[in-house]
Amino acid sequence: MLNGVKIIAYGERDGIQGPSIVACVEAAGADVIYQATECFV
Amino acid sequence: MVKKLVEEHGAENLMMIIGTPDIEGAELVAETVTEGDPSYAGPLAGVSLGLPVYHILEPAIRAEIPEDLYKEHLAMMAMVIDPQELETALAKYRKKKSLKKS
Amino acid sequence: MLISSKAIIKQVAYILAHVPDLVRYGSKPAREIAAGRTKLAELEQHLRSFDDTVAYPPNQIFIGNISPDDYADLPEPWYENLLRGKSRYGPFGEIMPQDELYGIMKMWDKFNLIDLSPSFTALLNGRLATHPLITTEDRERLGEGTPQEKIEVKVEKEASLPLYHNGQLVGCVNRAHEQDETLTAHVMLENLLTKVTGILVTRHLIRNSSIEPDKIDYLLSCSEEAVGDRYNRGGGNMAKAIGEEAYCVNASGCDIKSFCAGTVLAIIHSAALISAGLFNEIIVVGGGSFSKIGMKFQGHMKHNMPILEDVLGGIAILLSRDDGTSPVVNLACTGKHDISAGATAQAIYEVLILDPLQKMGMKITDVDKYAVEMHNPEVTLPMGSGNVPLTNYKTIAAMAAMRGEIDREELPEFIQSRGMPGFSPTQGHIASAVPYLGHALKLINDGKINNALFAAKGSLFLGRMTNLADGVSFLLEKNSGRD
Repeated sequence: MLNGVKIIAYGERDGIQGPSIVACVEAAGADVIYQATECFV
Repeated sequence: MVKKLVEEHGAENLMMIIGTPDIEGAELVAETVTEGDPSYAGPLAGVSLGLPVYHILEPAIRAEIPEDLYKEHLAMMAMVIDPQELETALAKYRKKKSLKKS
Repeated sequence: MLISSKAIIKQVAYILAHVPDLVRYGSKPAREIAAGRTKLAELEQHLRSFDDTVAYPPNQIFIGNISPDDYADLPEPWYENLLRGKSRYGPFGEIMPQDELYGIMKMWDKFNLIDLSPSFTALLNGRLATHPLITTEDRERLGEGTPQEKIEVKVEKEASLPLYHNGQLVGCVNRAHEQDETLTAHVMLENLLTKVTGILVTRHLIRNSSIEPDKIDYLLSCSEEAVGDRYNRGGGNMAKAIGEEAYCVNASGCDIKSFCAGTVLAIIHSAALISAGLFNEIIVVGGGSFSKIGMKFQGHMKHNMPILEDVLGGIAILLSRDDGTSPVVNLACTGKHDISAGATAQAIYEVLILDPLQKMGMKITDVDKYAVEMHNPEVTLPMGSGNVPLTNYKTIAAMAAMRGEIDREELPEFIQSRGMPGFSPTQGHIASAVPYLGHALKLINDGKINNALFAAKGSLFLGRMTNLADGVSFLLEKNSGRD
């Protein structure tokens, strides 16, 4: 499902942040093309 | 920014993976990305991108993540937010997206 | 660690300033109005009166007339279940109405940045005469006012920003330079609002503490503005600008910044400076964040609610050498987020909660109360931004469960007893753990709790210089008496 797929990683400060999503999905073979972390407050 | 990426790579080749700490937030992002909800306040406001949106904790995604990384990055948040409920909530939007396409 | 003196927190002050007619200039509303997506007239229909703002339960908790424990008896939604008959003044400070705020902007401005009309000035002179912290000398600085026609010319021809009160033009904010983008009327408004809310709350703090202001050695500002000109954007030192108008004549100061984590960082820095013997009395001060006004107004309008992000916050904290009784900032029990620590929730809570507690041989359940990001959920939920404190408490509880300190079934009980619902305006550094400090001081002094852990996080990644976050924490505990 993730292998070879291009990913936009959109993390959140109080949840899972961008760099964590990147580490996880890259290990599953995905290609992260953009990552950011949001803060809504 | 995200809109530009979709234009560059094509929505059919892309997936968005999010990491919100609650289901409402996840739904809001999914709604925005799928339908371009104009009430959203982030960089995605008002843009319908037609991207499939998954949460990193959903069972289908989680299944592909190596155990050590899961433990390090995700295990604790999986206690805060119910992965099964997340899947049910976000599947709605993915379904809407595929209906739109056909 | 060699500590020459314990550092204590002697007193706090909190203020709010109600700014309904400035909501239109908040970062988000201004963009939406300019783009034609929001009509100003519709936005104005969702603004609250000053009386409703005073009667709003979270605001009453903020200024200390009621406590977070009282939430249990308050029906939701809070904006519909107002507490009538409560005062605008409370043990921690006050809620200032907009007209008086315009008055202090005029009085405490040194560069002719504010013009107010003669009739409005006359009205203010009367209103401010009864304010306990505004002196006759302050009021003299209001002057006679600027003729209305002159204000209109400035707005039309000189890029001044009109100031409205109840929809009427009563004055303007002027730019400080014709070309400098860092000194436009809008930037001046933002900085001046930080400064005057900072001064007001510092004056409250000095009164609450019964300390002579000339005894203050140092001020640390943790406000979120960026003061400077085009060659020094963000140059800073809001601290001295605030101290100057709060009679702190023997104090110097500087700013400490780390997004929302700045306030807790400033408290730890102050405690360290006191413990090291460098200073005896330090004030940590944070003025309001104007750009966040109305940030989630669309969610509020969509749900047919009043726009709740219509108040600026202000906080001030007095740290001193040990007096043998006031609660102590335990410098042996602090947490910091190292560059290599990682951005996962686990990593952040480990450094903020576990690391400091382990240094003391304590467990998560040894802390009576946790103060986290205290954002009012009624402000954030309508915009889908989640219930921030609840998420934080769930994460701490999950960590306690993962470590086997509590059972999974005990999570709700942990959150209920060691947490609390949010009651702070969404003002970044203001909301970050410290709104609970005043309530914690009282509970510790009354012997109801022994300690409280204050944990703050900063979203450094928003500035696009790093993907890192920041986090910092300290344990406040009962004073065991003089060493």
